[in-house]
Amino acid sequence: MSETAQRNTGVAGPPGGQQRGNGLSAHLSGASQLFIRQREGTVFVVVVLLVIYFGFISSASSTFFTKLDIINITQIAAPIAIIAIGEVLLLICGEIDLSAGFTYAFAPFLMHYLIDFYGVPAVPAILLALLMGVVVGWVNGFFTVTMGLPSFITTFGTAFILYGLVLYTSRAEPVSPVSPPAQGIGHWIGTYAWAEITWTIIFVVIFHIVLTRTRWGLHTIATGGNRLGASEAGIRVSRIKYGNFMITGFLAAFVGVMVAFQLNDIDPSAGGFNAMFYAVTAAVIGGTAMLGGSGTILGSFLGALVLAVMTDGFDVMGISANVIYIILGAAILLAMVANVQLARLRAAGRA
Amino acid sequence: MTTAQAPAGQSGPASPDGDVLRVEHISKRFGAVTALIDINMHLARGEVLGLIGDNGAGKSTLLKILCGFQSPDRGRILLDGQEVALKSVDHARSLGIDAVYQDLALIDQLTVYHNMFLNREQVRWPLLSNRAMRKIARERLDNMGIGLKSVDEPVARLSGGQRQAIAVARSVYTDAKILLLDEPLAAMGAKEAAIILDLIRDLKRKGDVSIIVIAHNYGQVLEITDRVNLLQHGTITLDKPSRDTSVQELNDIVIAEYRKALEERHGAR
Repeated sequence: MSETAQRNTGVAGPPGGQQRGNGLSAHLSGASQLFIRQREGTVFVVVVLLVIYFGFISSASSTFFTKLDIINITQIAAPIAIIAIGEVLLLICGEIDLSAGFTYAFAPFLMHYLIDFYGVPAVPAILLALLMGVVVGWVNGFFTVTMGLPSFITTFGTAFILYGLVLYTSRAEPVSPVSPPAQGIGHWIGTYAWAEITWTIIFVVIFHIVLTRTRWGLHTIATGGNRLGASEAGIRVSRIKYGNFMITGFLAAFVGVMVAFQLNDIDPSAGGFNAMFYAVTAAVIGGTAMLGGSGTILGSFLGALVLAVMTDGFDVMGISANVIYIILGAAILLAMVANVQLARLRAAGRA
Repeated sequence: MTTAQAPAGQSGPASPDGDVLRVEHISKRFGAVTALIDINMHLARGEVLGLIGDNGAGKSTLLKILCGFQSPDRGRILLDGQEVALKSVDHARSLGIDAVYQDLALIDQLTVYHNMFLNREQVRWPLLSNRAMRKIARERLDNMGIGLKSVDEPVARLSGGQRQAIAVARSVYTDAKILLLDEPLAAMGAKEAAIILDLIRDLKRKGDVSIIVIAHNYGQVLEITDRVNLLQHGTITLDKPSRDTSVQELNDIVIAEYRKALEERHGAR
């Protein structure tokens, strides 16, 4: 460690702070570093590669860039990306929420019951449905943090309870069309073609800032990185975990309502473990560690795009619904390998 | 500050004898095991006290009592001449007593400056004032003579000595009046240890904080402390200015004690 250089490079130096070359080569390596340094960089490369493949190479290329197809991709990506935000926050602080997909399923039913059976106006009904998600998050927090059970178990429990509630109250029947009094506001939530991606971007930007630029985010990372050290410093780690469970519940409920309006159909089999695992996969593809302490929301958004582009691309290529999961699974593995290899390159680049 | 606090403030001795900390007749048992027996200890303002002793002598129990993690069965603790009951680590910290543990303190994934401001972040609501924190962290570390290339690095990339130095710096700048350093030199190479030794010397020179160094390496402790207390089987058996004792003397006491214990055991047979 050179003691002399410390004062000059200290304040403005980039994270990593390694020796840099001089002159032109410094600028060039600086530019490539800007890209390579960001953890999201590697997932971004994977997204670009997939877009190139489906957009120009594969048999899907004729339709891939049409407006309709792009909207389709955003509508696949949106629910994954929004739930993934919550899962990233939870994974960072060392927890997981397996129940998110069932909060997703229950929220629109609750809205429908409130409006159509109890005469509650649309806006408060929707707010109550979202509040239900927050309450589920609180319950998850209670059993995990206060009762000290692993979240993998507690949220599995709440997942089944919610699933049972959905099936029992709906008699396992879908509802269509969605409550007429709510259609007006419903357009803004999910029916308009670009509504979903707009909400996604709003949430991604907000929570990216929360994670990287606020005390909440810093304390979330501290909680997952070193729980004892964090509480030693006076951070109330249980509050952080409760909060992140509640954020996840809220986002999952929002997704449920959003998708219901988009499809104009409330389906008891919507969401579920599938939706949750897509979100966790997006988070992990995006560079979030399963063991806590690190993760990025921007990365999870790109991870959701990876999944959405593949799902849509294979669909457009006309691969039969029975086979698509085999290909999707293999492609996820491949995308992950590419991601890890690129990350290794990145690590080598900074060493 | 609590209601029990004397209004004398930071300057000048608050109690007649100038001790920031007094420990009187502290005892602690864990079931059948007596960990501490009638401990009496004092720490003057700006003093660096070495608390040494073998493993199992009661050092860590005493540390846990002083930092508020455990409460003694008997005896009392006086802070600036006022008796205090330390209810928790947080409570002790609010009174200015801060323990620094080597591995516990820092969050690997966070940068140096975020660690230095952990839970005391500077905020321009709703965002963190990273620029201001970075600048102040840099100033503080430079001020304390801790040479770091960048405060933007995650602390995971730093050496043990640097991490310890940052943890100490954090405590010093969060108004700690009494620092408890638990084995600050354990598992450290010579160069690493030098960082910490220099840091402690520097703090001593400034005289704002009083320090208790808990260690079992006598040589390094004698080098930086004003006074040492030797803890054996839960009692303090030696209290001397560091310059009046030597590694040899301390070793002799410990070995003599060990022999005596052996003989007693043989005699009992």
